[in-house]
Amino acid sequence: MKSLEELKAIREQMKKQLDVRDQSDNNIRVAVGMATCGIAAGAKPVLTAFLQEVDRRNLRGISVTQTGCIGVCRLEPIVEVYVPGQEKVTYVKVQPEMVPTIVTEHLVNRQVVTKFTIGAAEREEEKA
Amino acid sequence: MKELSLHLLDIAKNSTAAGATLVRIELTESAQRLLTIRVADNGRGMPPSLLAAVSDPFTTTRTTRKVGLGIPLYRMAAEQTGGSVELESAEGSGTVVTARFHLDHLDCAPLGDLPGTFALIIQGSPQVDFLFSHTTLRGGYTLDTREMREMLGPEVALDAPEVFAWITEYLWEQEAGL
Repeated sequence: MKSLEELKAIREQMKKQLDVRDQSDNNIRVAVGMATCGIAAGAKPVLTAFLQEVDRRNLRGISVTQTGCIGVCRLEPIVEVYVPGQEKVTYVKVQPEMVPTIVTEHLVNRQVVTKFTIGAAEREEEKA
Repeated sequence: MKELSLHLLDIAKNSTAAGATLVRIELTESAQRLLTIRVADNGRGMPPSLLAAVSDPFTTTRTTRKVGLGIPLYRMAAEQTGGSVELESAEGSGTVVTARFHLDHLDCAPLGDLPGTFALIIQGSPQVDFLFSHTTLRGGYTLDTREMREMLGPEVALDAPEVFAWITEYLWEQEAGL
């Protein structure tokens, strides 16, 4: 059985890493749109997948946050990635299966996954 | 919304947006398969004019995004089971949203992933305290973030991925025990 006591172990474990996390100005930030439109479009499993992937890979310096309506509800679920010193990248119609790729390619290797971005989606729409 | 949990994830944000420091989310399943979901916060509350209008989907304070489709969709989900949504609010002291669902009604959406939902509600507003409870005829459990903070200390925020994983697993076990 899990107990509240286990949180003490998390505390001890994270104390050791605090020096790294404290530099929050340098953190990469992932913001998942979690307004009514986002939730209805399936943002919950996407947000869960980001949190699980960051935890599973024990990645540091990445904060996963929830945000409101980004304004293009038809393209939800929407995820914004802020890498310090770089332009914001907006991923649209994000599915949980896409999350490991975004984490590996963008958050770790710093290569934008262009095919999932809003720019790629809009070019598709123009063709159609 | 395909699950009642998703509505909860949505309307809990109204409480945190209203500046609540403590939000109580209580699910109580009683005889005749009636589920009551009560969300009570100590946020800034609503004036009577706004309270009367929030269930209207065309009433929206878009600049602050306090309301919109959230409450109307929640009301629809409850009323289509023969249930209801009641709002009580007092300016300066908070808001209580009480919804009743008839779980055996054909049009009742499944409760869905309650552990994952509670975990994300905490993760989304790590500075706010939450008290969750789920009570059925077979038993119940509670989770209080104030107790979690005592264990975690000031260094560890409630939105850390490690804490999210713990909350999800802990609540799955609690749900399995019901």
